[in-house]
Amino acid sequence: MTATQASFIASVLDPQAAVPQGLQNPDGAPATKRFDVYRNNVSVSLADALETAFPVVRKLVGDAFFRAMAGVYLRQHPPKTPLMMFYGDAMPAFLGRFTPARSLPYLSDIAAVELAMRHAYHAADVPPMDAETLATLAPDALLQTRLRFAPATQVIPSDYPIYSIYRANTVADAPKPVMQPETVLITRPDLDPMIDPINTATARCITALLKGQTLGQAMTGVGDDLDMGGTLGLLLRQSAVTAIY
Amino acid sequence: MSKATKTLVLASAVATALAGLSTTASAAGEVKCFGISLAGQNDCAAGPGTTCAGTSSVDYQGNAWTLVPAGTCETMELPTMADGTPRTGALEALDRDLPA
Repeated sequence: MTATQASFIASVLDPQAAVPQGLQNPDGAPATKRFDVYRNNVSVSLADALETAFPVVRKLVGDAFFRAMAGVYLRQHPPKTPLMMFYGDAMPAFLGRFTPARSLPYLSDIAAVELAMRHAYHAADVPPMDAETLATLAPDALLQTRLRFAPATQVIPSDYPIYSIYRANTVADAPKPVMQPETVLITRPDLDPMIDPINTATARCITALLKGQTLGQAMTGVGDDLDMGGTLGLLLRQSAVTAIY
Repeated sequence: MSKATKTLVLASAVATALAGLSTTASAAGEVKCFGISLAGQNDCAAGPGTTCAGTSSVDYQGNAWTLVPAGTCETMELPTMADGTPRTGALEALDRDLPA
């Protein structure tokens, strides 16, 4: 990157900066106003992109707070690529240390859920495995079996009721969130990402399976309340399993 | 859990899972159709990328840090925080009409 480009980018991201050297109007004067319009459009379009990306976070904090927060974010995290579909991937970490949002400690995890939903939406299509394949295995072989997952599959744990908060802000008449830790499974069975609440034992089991542990290993030591039938049923129903090995 | 028990539990889990599946209706027949949604009306939040840049008016510059978040969050009842601060109190302050 040339020095000219670097100074241009720095000026675009700093509202107080002067117009970069060499940007001129046709009459030879510095292009102050034109550069201001350009600079404004950069920040507004990036803030718009963040609004599109994090509708629930926006609903939780309100429009004015979100726009102001987005202004800080976009200057700390300008896009690294021209592809905007994953813009905002530093948002969960950013919100975690963003002092003005400290009264909403769950905000960072809600951003993580919204980001995961977006990644699930854009994840590659992989045809799910025929569930009956599992029925063809002998009980002993089942214990040694590993599952391969669709790339959309993600587990998001939280100390806060992220599923209930997400639902309460996306679904009409959803129950009011009650303060409790919640973990969600994100999948994409067909065209739309799905979010399902899972208990701690199921979360540990699925996380172990995602890491390539066998069914036998993944059902060991994750908690007495593990409902293995329910866990496998959820994974198969949401087309999260693409193969066994 | 002994290996024999585990084998049994897993075998019955698979049976349960498969039995549950057969009753689930499948959404067969849906296909991906690109480029037909109106702005903001895609079937699913695909995130940014279709944002039309250059049509905007005014930015809020980030000097508004007297603002506190004030959305739907204050309807949630939370117990006290780990350090004993009453969380409801902190949240109640949120919907005060602060100077914008």
